Amino acid sequence: MIYLEHYLFLAAIIFTIGVLGIFLNKKNVIIILMSIELILLSVNINLISFSVFLNDISGQIFALLTLTVAAAEAAIGLAILVVFYRNLGSIEVSKINKLKG
Amino acid sequence: MYLYSITFYLFSLIAVLSALMVVSARNPVHSVLFLILSFVNASGLFVLLGAEFLAMILVVVYVGAVAVLFLFVVMMLDINFVKLREGFLQYLPFGALLGIVLIVELGILFLTKSFSENSLSKFIPSPEINEIENTQLIGRVLYTEYFYLFQISGLILLVAMVGSITLTLRDRGNVKRQNISSQNFMEAKSAIEKKKIKLGEGI
Repeated sequence: MIYLEHYLFLAAIIFTIGVLGIFLNKKNVIIILMSIELILLSVNINLISFSVFLNDISGQIFALLTLTVAAAEAAIGLAILVVFYRNLGSIEVSKINKLKG
Repeated sequence: MYLYSITFYLFSLIAVLSALMVVSARNPVHSVLFLILSFVNASGLFVLLGAEFLAMILVVVYVGAVAVLFLFVVMMLDINFVKLREGFLQYLPFGALLGIVLIVELGILFLTKSFSENSLSKFIPSPEINEIENTQLIGRVLYTEYFYLFQISGLILLVAMVGSITLTLRDRGNVKRQNISSQNFMEAKSAIEKKKIKLGEGI
């Protein structure tokens, strides 16, 4: 039988993998953005499983809003990445201090 | 019930393995494809939970839009990805230690605290699945109780769209474009010039 704890463990594992991905791929912005997506996915799993097991629909609404914000964040992040690559010809994170707004 | 458990373990195993491949794949294109696999499996888990609407939205938004956007960017930028992987093995031991500490702490937290139906206060209790569908219920709550949040999220998407367009828009100076208003305002006087040409001479 699968309980709420199973889903919470799954979300915790995916969250940890996401944090690990940010940590290990320090130079590659694309992988860092994908790791952020993984973290947001784990948050969504948490919200939806709580919503289902506590029989309360608001969690699913908030998961929907998280999804929206994640999509917006990915779009802006990738746009910044493209501009950054166009200016410097590289996407190394250590060179981002050259961006002066 | 056995089938439910087997399905849960299958989907979550593939989701976790593909998430691991996302952070460890050598080629970023493979990373994006594993990200898609992970999201599809997560949406399978949402179907298993009974949140069908969000499962479909996850497939549409993440797999259909975000992951494809990632794929475009990865393929468009011509980057030496081998150089970007420097330091991966150097940080692996410390990162693994950090990950193990994090997962053990979260596990202890989930094991000690029991989440029962009575432990948290309910705001909008959802009726049984055979009374009303998931999508209908979300619609009823989203457009009444959370209407302002819904509109703000629309605004966030608009700002994101405008921001990413203005960031990536590049104004090339020497491109000739069609200017429709100047074409429409053109008159015969400004376009045609009459000249008298004398016989036997050029202009």
